[in-house]
Amino acid sequence: MLDLHSYPSLGAALGAALERWAEETCLIEADRERENCRYTYRQFQQRALLLAAALQERGFAEGSRAAILMSNQSKWLLSAYAFLYCGGVLVPLDYKLSAAEQLALLRHSGARFLVTEYYLWRALRTTPGFAEWKPQAVLVTEAPAGADLGGALRWEECRGHATPDFVPRSRKDWAAIVYSSGTGGRPKGCVLTHDNYLEQCQSLIALYPFSPGVRYLSILPTNHAIDFMVGFIGPFLCGAAVVHLRTLRPEFIRDAFRRYRITYMALVPLVLKNLERGVRERFAALPPLRRWLLERLIGLNRLLTRRRPNLRLSRFLLRDIHQAFGGELRCLFVGGAFTEPETLQFFYDLGIPVANGYGLTEAGTAITLNDLNPFRADTVGKPLPGVELRIVNPDAEGVGEIAVRSRTVMSHYLDEPELTEETIVDGWLMTGDLGRVDAAGHLQLFGRKKNMIVTEGGKNVYPEDIESAFQGIPAKEFCVYAANYLWPRRAPAQAMSGEQLVLVLHPEGAAEVSEAVSRELALRNRRLPDFKRVSGYIVWPADFPRTASLKLKRNILAEQIRSQLDRSEAVKPL
Amino acid sequence: MATLEQTLEEILNLAAGYFKVPRAELSPDDDFFTKLGINSLQALELLTRLEGHFHIELPDYELQGVSDFRTLAERIQSRL
Repeated sequence: MLDLHSYPSLGAALGAALERWAEETCLIEADRERENCRYTYRQFQQRALLLAAALQERGFAEGSRAAILMSNQSKWLLSAYAFLYCGGVLVPLDYKLSAAEQLALLRHSGARFLVTEYYLWRALRTTPGFAEWKPQAVLVTEAPAGADLGGALRWEECRGHATPDFVPRSRKDWAAIVYSSGTGGRPKGCVLTHDNYLEQCQSLIALYPFSPGVRYLSILPTNHAIDFMVGFIGPFLCGAAVVHLRTLRPEFIRDAFRRYRITYMALVPLVLKNLERGVRERFAALPPLRRWLLERLIGLNRLLTRRRPNLRLSRFLLRDIHQAFGGELRCLFVGGAFTEPETLQFFYDLGIPVANGYGLTEAGTAITLNDLNPFRADTVGKPLPGVELRIVNPDAEGVGEIAVRSRTVMSHYLDEPELTEETIVDGWLMTGDLGRVDAAGHLQLFGRKKNMIVTEGGKNVYPEDIESAFQGIPAKEFCVYAANYLWPRRAPAQAMSGEQLVLVLHPEGAAEVSEAVSRELALRNRRLPDFKRVSGYIVWPADFPRTASLKLKRNILAEQIRSQLDRSEAVKPL
Repeated sequence: MATLEQTLEEILNLAAGYFKVPRAELSPDDDFFTKLGINSLQALELLTRLEGHFHIELPDYELQGVSDFRTLAERIQSRL
């Protein structure tokens, strides 16, 4: 890989990589069994610079904020490089949010340029409040011929004529504003610098090297911190290749493994579990004798690799399984949410190590990662090089809040000085997660101190963000909590799985919720995306504690609920 | 060409059969995540089955923001 210490910015480092590995393949975009495009580093550079020239002709300047709102595809990375080349600040947005949420983040981020897909653009334009957002240029991909783009440009036709100027940036300049959540009242836009990203890349690559010939399959959304790092910056700065798949259907993912002989893939626990289910079903369908033999071979592999992975041996013992994954898979990365140890062990026993990690967007992706030396399913690994980790106010068992200090920690939350002050204290990022460091230096997670949940799909959901969906319901007052925040559970195996949201309702007049109100709640709930739905409600027949300015005292109410109600009895399913 | 109602009926039959839920328990405005007890990946499996049944190609994004059978039927109908 490049020696990143000598580069002042992502744009400069990526530019050097594009020159150095000019003839290597850097990017493949596949859709089902079709291959849409394939670029060498040189071709990638040429195409991105045409876009950069077109952007500069339209007033893109140093510090311009540019949003990318797209599913994983080649144009995501081409656009990102063009923006960085022009000295811009990236704003990667989640294409799975609703159009109203996307618009709110576009406005909050101050983005004046946008690259998006046609179907997302169509939805944005009809969203209330859209007219108040004033972009300088919007580039839309794959728009049908003759479609009304409302003044937006076709991405495919954006090719400038002049040679674009490279705009240098320094390590401390902003590289990206990444939203860790906050589509509701308080958007959390993490401002990450060029230094944050280059430092993170350096330490990750030290553990899991990329090089020419390595192929990374990108299925996590690229706006997600993990894929942005291991599905773009990491491989590109090492001469490796990224394979994008335009569908998440398991059958095509399986096919892509074989067709492109994938080396690495990052995923979230939900997808990993789905993969496990598929493999187990295949095992179950085997004739009894073959299954018996396979189980023995898996047992032997487990025994022989208990100290460290031995890919060559595992590929020999369990050839068919490894061939099904393309034959060259070295490791899967999993993060973004809690992963069950049994699932990690299942894959490890097959000779497919899953490097389990822990991180936050605020810390520039990963804080800890398993180095597989030896493999441990019960922890999230050791701190990455350059990361200092501290357990604040540990209890008798050593469990306390995890705090992190590192050059990868974000600069601040955009336009939220108070929130930044609460989160970064004396240079330490307070994660709000509970953990313990064991004798081997591995971090074990024990639940959450903060009022939030993380879904198996790796999405952070803050209860405050859900409340707007219930505005106007016939109740005196209401609010939403994470059930685990109201009733903390401190057990490593279960504390962070099956997290749920609950609505706390102070009914009007009666102490009970009428059937009509209950129906209304269910209706409102259904309109939310599945991962944001509340699982049940609690009836709280007293006034909520509030400040003089009527702001809800969330922690006081939580304490009252905790001391007076039992979770199993109080929560009524919705 | 099939009407929207016919398409809807075929989707409900197929979903009931594939996820082993009694057909009588499913209605057009039901949330299929809740009613079938499935996650987003399993919803993609359903999409694959529907493609095979209707002989069409449905990009993943057609499922974006869709959670009820009727809207799904409308998306499919527009591609028949």
